[in-house]
Amino acid sequence: MTLATFIQHFLNSLTLGSLYALIAIGYTMVYGILRLINFAHSEIFMLGAYFVFWGITLFHLPWAAAMVVSIISVAGIGILVDRVAYRPLRDAPRISALISAIGVSFFLQNVAIVFFQAIPRQVYRPQWLEQPMLWGDVRVLPLTLFVPLLSFCLMMVLVYIVYHTKAGLGMRAISKDIETSYLMGVPVNKVIALTFGIGSALAAASGIMWALRYPQLQPIMGAIPGFKAFIAAVVGGIGSIQGAVIGGLLLGFIEIMTVAFFPDLAGYRDAFAFILLICVLLIKPTGIMGVKTEDKV
Amino acid sequence: MNRNTIILLNLVLVACLGLFLWWAERSLDGYKIQILNLIAVNIILALSLNLIYGFTGMFSLGHAGFMAIGAYVCSILIMTPDQKATLFILQAAFPLVENAHAPFLVAVIAGGLVAALFGMVIGAPLLRLGDDYLGIATLGFAEIVRVIGNNIPRVTNGALGFKGIPDHANLWWNFGWCLLTLYFVIRIVNSNTGNVFKAIRDDETAAKAMGINVFKMKLLSFTFGAFFAGVGGALLASLLTTIDPKMFLFTLTFSVLMIVVTGGLGSITGSILAGIGITVMLEWLRFVENPITIGDWSMNGIPGMRMVVFSLVLILVILFRREGIMGMREITWDGIARFMKRGKA
Repeated sequence: MTLATFIQHFLNSLTLGSLYALIAIGYTMVYGILRLINFAHSEIFMLGAYFVFWGITLFHLPWAAAMVVSIISVAGIGILVDRVAYRPLRDAPRISALISAIGVSFFLQNVAIVFFQAIPRQVYRPQWLEQPMLWGDVRVLPLTLFVPLLSFCLMMVLVYIVYHTKAGLGMRAISKDIETSYLMGVPVNKVIALTFGIGSALAAASGIMWALRYPQLQPIMGAIPGFKAFIAAVVGGIGSIQGAVIGGLLLGFIEIMTVAFFPDLAGYRDAFAFILLICVLLIKPTGIMGVKTEDKV
Repeated sequence: MNRNTIILLNLVLVACLGLFLWWAERSLDGYKIQILNLIAVNIILALSLNLIYGFTGMFSLGHAGFMAIGAYVCSILIMTPDQKATLFILQAAFPLVENAHAPFLVAVIAGGLVAALFGMVIGAPLLRLGDDYLGIATLGFAEIVRVIGNNIPRVTNGALGFKGIPDHANLWWNFGWCLLTLYFVIRIVNSNTGNVFKAIRDDETAAKAMGINVFKMKLLSFTFGAFFAGVGGALLASLLTTIDPKMFLFTLTFSVLMIVVTGGLGSITGSILAGIGITVMLEWLRFVENPITIGDWSMNGIPGMRMVVFSLVLILVILFRREGIMGMREITWDGIARFMKRGKA
């Protein structure tokens, strides 16, 4: 393998990894606060990509505007899902909320099949993103630089919110101990709604950029990236934002690099994430950045 | 009520079921018989997941994987070597796969046993994990099974799957296996082993403190569950006569989980009722996908609407009756007798 192809693979891994990381952050934030695997997150991701498509085809919005509209409305849907399907189950056994999440996921997916139809849609991509640039031997799509950069900016905004604002303080407090947070006057439901909003916005951004990278929209497009991103969150240590980013990047690199070095394994691509997951869980069940908790009797 | 009366009543119930099946086979059309068959298979699957999750408290999402293993093993065994020779068009099958042939009963048992073997092998490392993590890891196992199924064309015919699997699984086979599963699950749940399972579900730490070998019992329950999931998969393969890796997506596990949860976790009668109810409802809901005409007003059929309604119903069930139809209760002969007496008094 030449250096040029290696750099291309490297950039591809970075792109894929940052997309996984963006979705994984949403999973990890919700899990950190509610101990809930938000299965509907992968459908939120799918809706993000679709809303841009409809914004452009139905309302003739420019691409950037469609993107902003999509992110905002998807964040709204995320909050709505929490309000309708998760909030009534806050003090139910955790499995109920989990089943509800699976139900919402199937609901959104099938609504998408009914209203958007199951045929794959070709999505619009801005010209400047797919004009290859040549650096010596290396052919670089601006896309593979744009996606990691934008993802990085979004993550910085997130880190600012979580660690330097009052709402972020609330989130961290709730993830430590939800009942004490109530007593301390944290507006728990509002903060949780905000968490869902932020997580969904990031998933939407990821979905939009995913559609730039793989420009075919399908109602079930969220399932596989969603699962993998969840795995990234678990591998990184669920509940930890840094862990989600590390896990996402790790998964992106493993997927692209293994196929690049061992093309024979290409068919098993979708299994890598799950094999990694099982290995990590067996060695360090709390993930790379996770903190061990003891069972109290 | 004494033991003999209960056995007698159970025999009467089985005889009634037999009569019903005998009648159904003669007078119902193929579509309705197919629904009855699906009910039997779904009950088997629901009971096996209920044993793992409802009675032992292990959150397992790997059912599709065990079903896939059972289905493939059984199909390979019941198809004749000639049939397999023409079927494997991507690459010729391994001689062992091509020449293996067995009667249906042996094939179904083999499917269950291989699934149980896999359950034991993956259960040994995975069952150390706690609830959510176990769910994700078993889900991972099911996905890996599916991806591997796609990639070993010399055994599974790759993405094309199998077509024309002999349709041995008639009403008698399906309900026979269903009764066998039911008998086994009832026996184990009411035995001492069953009590241990429930102790682990209710409080694992306490069970450990009582000197129970938690890991061994969990593995036992998981292996039994995997066996019946494999049996269910095997029957399903012969019932549908065509399988491919895409059939064993997470959706399949999801529908089994839904039956168990709607019926009530830890309730055998709940699983049976929900198995019947949900299977029938899924078929009945097909009407929303057909064109509807009411007077002058007509509506075109909307494909996919069925699953929208279905998932909505399930969200409503979990929001408003989260313990399912039966909760952890059971319908027993004693219970019915008491109910009748109360009616008289």
